[in-house]
Amino acid sequence: MGNFFSYIVQGTAITVAVTLVALPFGLILGLLMALVHTYGGKILNRGAAAYSLLLRGVPPIVLLFILYFILSGRFINLSPFWAGSFSLGIVSSAYQMEILRGALLSVGGGQMTAARAIGMSRVQSIRYIVLPQALRLAIPPWSNEVSIVLKDSSLVYALGVPEILRRAQQLSATTQDPFLAYGTAALIYFVLVFATNRALDYLSERTKLPTHP
Amino acid sequence: MTNPILETRNLTKIYGQNIIFKNINLKVNEGETIVIIGPSGTGKSTLLRCINLLTPHDGGQVFLDGTEITAKGHDEDKVRQQIGMVFQNFLLFNHLTALDNVMIGLTKVKKLPREQAKTKAMEELNRVGLVDRADHYPGQLSGGQLQRVAIARALAMDPRVMLFDEPTSALDPELIGEVLGVMEKLAHDRMTMLVVTHEMGFAREVADRIVFMEKGSIVEEGSPDDLFYHPQHDRTREFLWKITELYGKKEKDRTSGT
Repeated sequence: MGNFFSYIVQGTAITVAVTLVALPFGLILGLLMALVHTYGGKILNRGAAAYSLLLRGVPPIVLLFILYFILSGRFINLSPFWAGSFSLGIVSSAYQMEILRGALLSVGGGQMTAARAIGMSRVQSIRYIVLPQALRLAIPPWSNEVSIVLKDSSLVYALGVPEILRRAQQLSATTQDPFLAYGTAALIYFVLVFATNRALDYLSERTKLPTHP
Repeated sequence: MTNPILETRNLTKIYGQNIIFKNINLKVNEGETIVIIGPSGTGKSTLLRCINLLTPHDGGQVFLDGTEITAKGHDEDKVRQQIGMVFQNFLLFNHLTALDNVMIGLTKVKKLPREQAKTKAMEELNRVGLVDRADHYPGQLSGGQLQRVAIARALAMDPRVMLFDEPTSALDPELIGEVLGVMEKLAHDRMTMLVVTHEMGFAREVADRIVFMEKGSIVEEGSPDDLFYHPQHDRTREFLWKITELYGKKEKDRTSGT
């Protein structure tokens, strides 16, 4: 029985690792695309829009298979863990892009105008004025995306990465007790998602701008 | 006499088929306060935005200190450091305290060391009477205080000219006075100012010259006395009559000569 739990806990470490690779990778890519979409010229804008439309219009698992075969193919040959994590990050980048784009838009053009009016360049205005406000606004919707990526990390099981779900499946087969195996997996996912959301709620509260005196 | 610090020659702005303003020739001398008045939609605000290059113009030129700033390849960011702008809706940076709002241009644009920037920023906050609000965020300030911080933010860059785009239009009536007070003080300190406003009291008391604009052109310009008491155009008379009637009995009494 001790073996059972240590086996699945090792899977938890892998699930967390996949998420920790996919999320920041998706964030950087998503932020880049959101900036390009909001401030880029016509062509860049269209490119970013197409990127988002395409990635969000296909089930993540299908994209995962396609990206996986590119990333661990003949030209690039990554291990299942890295290929799976990056693929998940790319899928997530489209959703994170939309979150950040919304946040950038709700900061509004006035802030940019005011920044330009004191002599800041476009890049400075984005970096010092628009982004700090947009990122604050993005925390609550981003928290939702974090739970989705955490849960969707279970999809890389299909690529052979030994994370929680894959180990739960193996345990279910060897112990003949599917309820215990999958129940444990479910509980671990729930605790992870719950804890992360709580942490992000706290961050959102901490970074909130004061209103009344 | 002296060369104008700011000059527009045949400045023109067109949106599609719409002529916003056409062939605007304006000269602002050092230390002068010029008030632009006129009905809404006359292109007054767009004129200010074209002068500091926030909105691209479609014809004509703008000169600052004798240099054409509308010339191709001229560094726009440098120009805007020299022309301060105050907006109708304040546009303070919401994530920064009053002090940081005033400081950020000094540290990021002028690259001053933090301590030096802070000293300068506190001086400017002192000038608008808000030292005690330095660590307040915009969400914690009243409209009048927001606009005064915005003025301090623009002043901190040591601009050659200050542009004011209806700085009191979005304020509660009882908060207008504090902002106009700051502007009046600036005018007395011989800051060069170009002000778009409907505050006729301010125009008459503080302006060296008033420019009356309508439908994208300058109808008439002159000293406050000329415009208020001896307008050359019927349209100027009509506009001033209407607006003084609207904006307070005191004004009306004075224009009617009591």
